[in-house]
Amino acid sequence: MTSLYTLTDLSKGYTRGKESITIFEELTMTIPEGDFMAIMGPSGSGKTTLLNLLGGIDRPTSGSVECQGVRVDKLSEGKLAKWRSQNVGFIFQFYNLMPTLTAAQNVELPLLLTGLSGKQRKERVATALDIVGLADRKGHRPRQLSGGQQQRVAIARAIVADPKVLLCDEPTGDLDRKSADEILETLQLLNTDLGKTIVMVTHDPSAAKYARRELHLDKGRFVEQVQEPAQ
Amino acid sequence: MNDLTLIRKNLFRKKLRAILLTLSILIAFFIFTIIGSFNRVLNAGVELAAADRLITMNNSGFTQSLPYAYWGRIQAIEGVRNVSHMSWFGGYYQQPTQVVQTFAVDPETYLAAYPEFLMPDDQRAAFLTQRDCLLVGETLALQYGWSVGDRVPLLSNIWQKTDGSSSWEFDICAIYTASVPEMSTAAAYLNYDYYNEALAFNQDRVGMMVVNTDDPMANDAIANQIDAMFANSTAQTDTATEAAFTQAFINQIGNIGLILVYIIGAAFGIILLIVGTSLVVAISERTREIAVMKTLGFPAPRIFRMVLIESVMLSLVGGLAGVGLATLVLKGLAPVLAAFMPGLVVTPGIFGMALAMMIGFGLITGIGPAMNAHRVRIVDALGKQ
Ligand SMILES: Nc1ncnc2c1ncn2[C@@H]1O[C@H](COP(=O)(O)OP(=O)(O)OP(=O)(O)O)[C@@H](O)[C@H]1O
Ligand SMILES: [Mg+2]
Repeated sequence: MTSLYTLTDLSKGYTRGKESITIFEELTMTIPEGDFMAIMGPSGSGKTTLLNLLGGIDRPTSGSVECQGVRVDKLSEGKLAKWRSQNVGFIFQFYNLMPTLTAAQNVELPLLLTGLSGKQRKERVATALDIVGLADRKGHRPRQLSGGQQQRVAIARAIVADPKVLLCDEPTGDLDRKSADEILETLQLLNTDLGKTIVMVTHDPSAAKYARRELHLDKGRFVEQVQEPAQ
Repeated sequence: MNDLTLIRKNLFRKKLRAILLTLSILIAFFIFTIIGSFNRVLNAGVELAAADRLITMNNSGFTQSLPYAYWGRIQAIEGVRNVSHMSWFGGYYQQPTQVVQTFAVDPETYLAAYPEFLMPDDQRAAFLTQRDCLLVGETLALQYGWSVGDRVPLLSNIWQKTDGSSSWEFDICAIYTASVPEMSTAAAYLNYDYYNEALAFNQDRVGMMVVNTDDPMANDAIANQIDAMFANSTAQTDTATEAAFTQAFINQIGNIGLILVYIIGAAFGIILLIVGTSLVVAISERTREIAVMKTLGFPAPRIFRMVLIESVMLSLVGGLAGVGLATLVLKGLAPVLAAFMPGLVVTPGIFGMALAMMIGFGLITGIGPAMNAHRVRIVDALGKQ
């Protein structure tokens, strides 16, 4: 398998005044294309921070993040924004949908950054909503949807521009078991059928079972645990 | 969907706030349009003043009269094309409260001096020849329901006739309109000779002279020449261009223009603060959404622009509503105020100025929030769950 991400000697820390905290130091690893990786670890261990570095919304203290030959950590703000819009889909714990927009409009949002025509955008939105099983809710606003449904709209938004990688930060953290399983099945489907590379942060061991492998982040170190994907 | 859809939805997401902000902006632009229109009419006299017209009056003030003989002497000056004169009649109709601004004039030279007076040819001829003719403005005629052919008595609270009466009979033989909307058509004009012959006292005096020059460049020289001509007479003169005369007249009421600027300035200052702070709050409430947009790949400059367009849009909605309301109100007031404030309308000039101010207002109130939105850092904003 070719690698999608290569992280080399990646360090992240914060300095506040004289005090400095290190979250992780000199992490080196690769994420192959088509991977579905679950990252687990105690609160404060740097899971979100790692995801932000992969997604190019945060910068490392030192080391490099390379994605398909692009040095993400070196891109300017403007280039980074463009790179994100073309390569990464984000899924958050609290969905982060625009409350004033309908489901379809929320999904369409990333497409405003493309040169697609209105008609093409509409088709893409319909397909994305279809994949997450919400075709019949396209006119609903986030407030009119359940948590699970909102998260599925968020997934549709994350995949609509056809990015290579999906970065999910506790995507089921706010959901009941049943909705969580539906979301995880959808993610698994995106991985197996559409070939999306997925990096998912979770606290839930049963959620992690849906992934191809688990990584435990603790005190700035990774402990890997390969597994068969749950069916 | 495009950026404008997003902007529009954001603008009206909090109904009550949007309505209140729109209302405050509406009020500011309503005040601006009303006051601006009044001010324009008030000052229209200065702009309407013909470049070639001079006014000569007694240098002790415009309530003092001049000898009739001055008329002929000014006519003899080189570079003077036309001289006319006018005298305040101080008339009223039926009762003293129904004031009619009436002037006794020399018809032929007066109409030559003021080409702004428009009337049918036959009526013009009647005014020139018929001694007891009263030339009445359209607004005035409308006010009392007068029409050509009516005989009306005017009473004067200044002048008496030789027979002891102060009632003067006139035949309305002409009704004038104005070639410019800002010129009053609420006055009446009568034949000086008819009036002068019947006067019991103060005969052969005129209120002021109107002098038309051949060339506006020579105005100053001719004005000096006129005043020098009568420097050693009992009645000395003060000659000025019509524009200067009108300006001096307006200034006597006080510097209204400046007061109006203060009022408008205060209204805008307050409302600028209200709208400005409200927008800062509104945008900071959306910090998280802005962070999400940035995460999706919306560049910071594009978000900056969207916030700025939103504030300009708000300003335009409120501002246009304010100008619209003012236009309606002025439409209603114009006929009522025609006698004092002729030509009271929202001109393209005022509308254009209001439009420019709306855009400026939107940019000023939007720049702070737009800069805040530009600065939003994704990890910080998303970190706060
Ligand atoms: N802006 C910041 N300044 C200083 N420290 C920070 C900042 N952002 C994060 N941290 C610290 O970095 C560490 C890692 O944070 P991170 O959010 O990545 O943890 P996490 O593994 O996602 O935790 P959780 O499971 O609770 O979401 C934490 O100790 C946090 O306090
Ligand atoms: Mg986290």
